[in-house]
Amino acid sequence: MGAVLVFCEVSETAIRSASLSAIAAARALAAHHGGGVVAALIGSNVGAAASDVARYVDKVVTFDDASLASPLAETYAPILARAVAATSATALIATATSTAKDVLPRTAALLGAGMASDIVRVDAAKRFRRPAYAGNILEDVEIASAIVLASVRQTAFAPAAPAAQAGPVEAGAVGAIDSLGAEVLSLHATKSERPELGDAKIVVSGGRGMKAGENFKILEELTDLLGGALGASRAACDAGMVPNDLQVGQTGKVVAPQLYVAVAISGAIQHLAGMKGSKVIVAINKDSDAPIFQVADYGLVATWEAAIPALISEIKKRKSAS
Amino acid sequence: MKILVTCKRVPNPEQKLKLAGSQIDLSAATWQVNTFDEYGVETALRLTEKGKGGERSGEVVAVSIGPKEAAQQLRGVLAMGADRGLLVVQDDAALDADAIARVLAKLVEREKPDLVILGKQTVDGDSNQVGQILAGLLGWPQATFLASLRVAADGKTATTTREVDAGVEEKRVRLPAVATVDLRIIAKKAVRHEGLAGPDTEWEETQRYASLKGIMAAKKKEIKELTAAELGVAAAPLMKVVGYEAPPTRKAGVRVASVEELVQKLQNEAKVI
Repeated sequence: MGAVLVFCEVSETAIRSASLSAIAAARALAAHHGGGVVAALIGSNVGAAASDVARYVDKVVTFDDASLASPLAETYAPILARAVAATSATALIATATSTAKDVLPRTAALLGAGMASDIVRVDAAKRFRRPAYAGNILEDVEIASAIVLASVRQTAFAPAAPAAQAGPVEAGAVGAIDSLGAEVLSLHATKSERPELGDAKIVVSGGRGMKAGENFKILEELTDLLGGALGASRAACDAGMVPNDLQVGQTGKVVAPQLYVAVAISGAIQHLAGMKGSKVIVAINKDSDAPIFQVADYGLVATWEAAIPALISEIKKRKSAS
Repeated sequence: MKILVTCKRVPNPEQKLKLAGSQIDLSAATWQVNTFDEYGVETALRLTEKGKGGERSGEVVAVSIGPKEAAQQLRGVLAMGADRGLLVVQDDAALDADAIARVLAKLVEREKPDLVILGKQTVDGDSNQVGQILAGLLGWPQATFLASLRVAADGKTATTTREVDAGVEEKRVRLPAVATVDLRIIAKKAVRHEGLAGPDTEWEETQRYASLKGIMAAKKKEIKELTAAELGVAAAPLMKVVGYEAPPTRKAGVRVASVEELVQKLQNEAKVI
């Protein structure tokens, strides 16, 4: 069999931390496929980022063109399909980011290949484990096609460390680019000094019970005190209290931090699907029957109005004492 | 415009899953339309009406692929307002995202819609693949996980917004195209056809429910039954589920009496702060 190709996403100068999980999974898969780990990097002016990616893989192939600056499934999928052929890869994987979720299945269609979404374990060259039914079941799946595709759940694979030796960087043939009339008109990026939800070791999330957007200020204070990321339930996002990109759940982000603090969140199945993998879960809710308590390691029945200011001062007190 | 919309029959996601050996026991399941597909139906209906409850213009064809019993859920979608149904009768076990996309591609060849709308994923399989595979097979543009969708007055393009990891992306696609919808597509002003509805048009912030009149009307609407074989699609899934396992259950936690106790436990017992 052949190489494992990893579709890596990058900033201007570095690999996106999310893609390090795909590289970790690729190394596990490469052991079954017998070839090396090759990174495919698509974009505009990706040279600087390519040298960063090279530290983790056996080879980097770049597809660099001004028209590839915005990720479009219409242009990226054919390039990835050609890259699979050009590198004699027998597997193509990527972390299940919003871009990869858009691009990989389309690539599978172009290759006539089967794909497993959101894998949490590599069992064999074509066998994976993945969650289904909102995380309420784990499926073992087998791919029947010669080439296998998989998207990787970031929280299930610890980020890869750099390899002993950096791999070479090659420019791949971009080939014909046809966006089929599709165009990214704008990207309204959310700027935040906090770690990304997917990377954070601590996540503090607020739910419908926070009542209003301004009440999230106190959760932000707690979040920053802990050095974590801020999240929210669907109900809080839908009510306009916080931006939608903070949503944790089946829609939104899947997180698995060391500590997840759910404040005034009842614990709908769709929310649990996004945070059940957290190492330690704390639930603070005034309703002692809230389903969130069934998955919480530590539950505190209290209103957020009473609990959060007390929690902030208690943590500050202990921090200054230590 | 003509819209093809999918509606998969799924077990009620609120029910507890039962495992029988290495299989899921669905014998006691109640069935419903995949929630994200229901949002897709709502999207299709909004795109073909002149404002909320207004005159209809265009056609919405609802497709389900599954066992014969899925006709019941398809009938429910017709009661919401879809014009006719197509039921491709096929055992669920012989289907994966690829096979479903191939069946849909054949239906697109026959029906020639301007837009295919699907839920972004099903709430049972959770794969989030079919729309993208279909677009790839057809060589059509795709707009996935949509939070809003506006079709231009001339019906030639659609401008969409979608939530991506970095924020909100605005994407324009040429029609015909494949669209998959996420939950915010049902916001009051998230969807409209500029040729039919003005910028102030609002709908209820939910997928619509069948009215009594709708239910009566649906009884007369056509549901055409087909098979994958008739469409020339071999049921040879590229991905097979070979086993199931219940996820590890979380150990029963403890209730703490105070904030002090919580912080003490997080620091000394869990050692996470």
